[in-house]
Amino acid sequence: MRVAVIVFPGSNCDRDMHHVLTDVFKLESQLVWHTDNLPNNIDAIVLPGGFSYGDRLRAGVIAAHSPVIAEVKKMAEKGMPILGVCNGFQILTESGLLPGALLKNTSLSYICKWTEIIVKNNKTPFTNRFKPNQRIPIAIANGEGRYYADKKTLESLKKNNQIVFAYAEDINGATMKIAGICNKEGNVVGMMPHPERSAEQILNPSDAKPASLIFESLLKTLGVTA
Amino acid sequence: MPSFLVSVIIENKPEIVDPEGDTILNDLILKDKKTSVKKIRSAKMLRFQIEAKSKELAEKAVMDLCNEFRIYNPLVSKVSVDTSQI
Repeated sequence: MRVAVIVFPGSNCDRDMHHVLTDVFKLESQLVWHTDNLPNNIDAIVLPGGFSYGDRLRAGVIAAHSPVIAEVKKMAEKGMPILGVCNGFQILTESGLLPGALLKNTSLSYICKWTEIIVKNNKTPFTNRFKPNQRIPIAIANGEGRYYADKKTLESLKKNNQIVFAYAEDINGATMKIAGICNKEGNVVGMMPHPERSAEQILNPSDAKPASLIFESLLKTLGVTA
Repeated sequence: MPSFLVSVIIENKPEIVDPEGDTILNDLILKDKKTSVKKIRSAKMLRFQIEAKSKELAEKAVMDLCNEFRIYNPLVSKVSVDTSQI
């Protein structure tokens, strides 16, 4: 099973993601430069965190025009599991693969700390190992992480069960404390918190098991484990 | 060919909280107790220098680019333009 981790100029969580996928969860993962073609026979795609193009103009907007995004869109249409983390989530919204937008945190501060999120949708390829409303101790690190959706979009998100993760507490002013969403089909998931920084016990001051279930859900989706 | 300076001003829609504008108002401007300022909204401005046959064509060309490359996010932002010949 192969996972493509897309690297943009300014990505800085790509190697962390590659390490967790490869060394911790024994998935074959491959770093793919944003101007290269996607490898053949991949089973999933991850857009990692970082500061693509230095967050110029808006976080994720310039990367959303990268050549690889056209291919990512084709894979999304085919139902391939796609995860965007932090800047990856921002790129997914800017490319139109996910609805809504990520705005500057209400505090205008870069927030880097441990927090807790709650699983609201356990039917996606990245959450199918969770119980409903299970809590995940997890790291966040962002300046533009305040999820925003207008009323119409929000109604659609609720109607289609697209809210995947919510913060346990209001930490940045996000609409409905949303920390992660998926597309209508459920195969494209974006989340601001960092599972790759939270899924190993040596890194997580609380319990790493819940965050590791995000990757174990992918394993289950890909048929690697039951 | 005439040259124009097209200023594109991008700001959040009125219903979206603008913490930067609020902070400037509440923690700076309102320290002047005599001010009559009621509201401040922050914005980003991009200036495009462009050659075109007319002001209208210059603005259209710039706005076409803004829409094509999502220079502003239509979900959260509104844009206005101010153009002058140089």
